[in-house]
Amino acid sequence: MDDFSSLMAGFQVALSWHNVGFMVIGVVLGIIVGVLPGLGGPNGVAILLPLTFGMDPTSAIILLSSIYWGALFGGAITSILFNIPGEAWSVATTFDGYPMAVQGKAAEALTAAFTASFIGALSGVILITFVAPLVASFALRFGPAEFFAVFLLTFCSFIGMGRENRAKILASLCIGFLLAAVGLDSISGDLRMTFGSTELMRGFDFLVVVIGLFGVSEIMLTVEEGLVFKGKQAKIDLKVVLRTWAGLPRYWATLLRSAIVGMWMGVTPGGAIAASFMGYGLAKRFSRQPDSFGKGNIEGVLAPETAAHAAGTSALLPMLALGIPGSATAAVLLGGLLVWGLQPGPLLFVEQKQFVWGLIASMYLGNLAGLIIVLATVPLFAAIMRIPFSYVAPVILIVCAIGAYTISNSIFDIWLMLGFGLVGYVFKKLDYPLAPLVLALVLGDRAEDSFRQALLGSGGSLKVFAANGLVTTLVGLALFLLLWGPVMDGIGALRRRGRAVEAKAAE
Amino acid sequence: MSNVTKPDEPTRGLSRRPVEITTALLLIGLGLLVLYDSYGRGAGWDNGPQNGFFPARVGWIFLAASLFILVQSFRTENRVFVSYEQLGQVARVFAPLVLFVALIQPLGLYVAAGIFILVFMSIVATSRWWAVVLTAILVPLACFWVFELQFRVPLPKGPLEALLGY
Repeated sequence: MDDFSSLMAGFQVALSWHNVGFMVIGVVLGIIVGVLPGLGGPNGVAILLPLTFGMDPTSAIILLSSIYWGALFGGAITSILFNIPGEAWSVATTFDGYPMAVQGKAAEALTAAFTASFIGALSGVILITFVAPLVASFALRFGPAEFFAVFLLTFCSFIGMGRENRAKILASLCIGFLLAAVGLDSISGDLRMTFGSTELMRGFDFLVVVIGLFGVSEIMLTVEEGLVFKGKQAKIDLKVVLRTWAGLPRYWATLLRSAIVGMWMGVTPGGAIAASFMGYGLAKRFSRQPDSFGKGNIEGVLAPETAAHAAGTSALLPMLALGIPGSATAAVLLGGLLVWGLQPGPLLFVEQKQFVWGLIASMYLGNLAGLIIVLATVPLFAAIMRIPFSYVAPVILIVCAIGAYTISNSIFDIWLMLGFGLVGYVFKKLDYPLAPLVLALVLGDRAEDSFRQALLGSGGSLKVFAANGLVTTLVGLALFLLLWGPVMDGIGALRRRGRAVEAKAAE
Repeated sequence: MSNVTKPDEPTRGLSRRPVEITTALLLIGLGLLVLYDSYGRGAGWDNGPQNGFFPARVGWIFLAASLFILVQSFRTENRVFVSYEQLGQVARVFAPLVLFVALIQPLGLYVAAGIFILVFMSIVATSRWWAVVLTAILVPLACFWVFELQFRVPLPKGPLEALLGY
């Protein structure tokens, strides 16, 4: 009940005129960011973050999180109309969304996608509303060892649950940690890994890294593909919307299943990308006509969108409650909280009640605003995609450069951004995942601090990570998740070999 | 934009394996550099963890992962990593971008941005000259209005802005 009244107070904060204004601006910017190639959720938030330093933190986070919702919605537009996934998590949406557009059912597909997104996001927000305060109050009992164990759990689940090559995930995580270690060491006050460079004393700002890795590299990849946009037309009118909505209750099982998968994958950092594919896979498996998937089945649009949004939203739960972001964009938002002087984590719910509940309330409203805005403005955003790339690309690159510069007014940072652009380009082509790098970069200092504090308390003995039931469980769970992936791979390989042997014997 | 290669055409370009191997070697070098720096400053225990303690441990894990990637990279399928044509496309974006960043210090961001747009759009060459010139003037002006006037974020300025009194 206490939480309920806090939430109502949050709605009062979020519903003030200027916060609603920021919400609308944020959603519109977010859709643009999601539609344009080369920009994306993390990058868009990273570029705008320095501009919000002067704002009231609650308004700033509402603006930035609305960009996040908008970007999530925007991805669906390009997937369905142009067969170009604006974000990795909308890849699965193209499988059935684009065929629907080809059959002239673009409006239906878009309505389904937006509504599914909304339902997914809503289930994520409801989860946050009820579970985050519980997790936070539980986490108030954590000491440094427990916190390090939670960090370990996050990183191990990345490696164990990841779809990419595990060695590359691990390498990517380590690079993030090492980049975070460059510069002034907060405990001893000594310089590390600066190799005599004064510019490196500040360390690597994660925003510069994000803009390079996600912005510049994305443009380079887009250019490489030659870039011919061939879009389908879409006009959404109220009749189609209402008709599509009337048909949705039939798919309640798909929606529910995808929402649950999404929430699970969001809280454990499996991420929206994995969630969208899993949602799609499950919908196909449980469908009565699995063959119709990939040819324009509306369930093939509903499932991945619901799952992706449920995951994208739920990724904010561990960020708010524990200070551990579940996605790259959540990591950027977390960086913002730190800049505004707010300590993300369990204490936030005690010390910054108004802020947290204002944010949670804005999630409900922002997603509702997002749904209305996208439904009303699809033709406009589809038109953005028709602007020739030779106009769009330089503007995006200039905005990226400005974003990198404004973080600490340093031209060196723009050069760094270029460097990370190249790194991102090569890494993406070689299937090194980038999200673990960003997460480790943001969390590096905090993970190191809790690690060192835990060891200080125990006089250097690693036994502190098995000192009580809680920390032992967390570490055990982390190791389990770490080993889960490789073990399953091994079993799969053995089975395949067994089948091959059987087939040979049968011949 | 017109040069989209058909999938069945044999494309010439950089193969994937050497790129994988080079990247893995670079990562190994990076790992060794981290270890060298950490042990140089002290990565042990001196009444508490020294400041190279954590990076050194991450460095070892990183080195192990990179060595593993190196071993794996010899087994990668050797298909085309990037065709020379694609590489050319990327260079056509990257070269003007480097020029842009290099010009920010002497000329200020706005003028550099204008020149960047001119060079970039002429290289890509899909628009009429007046559209290019108009974009090169309007985009920096719009940036100036948004960042300098609305958000009050000072961006690097050069002689032209000084001449105009900013």
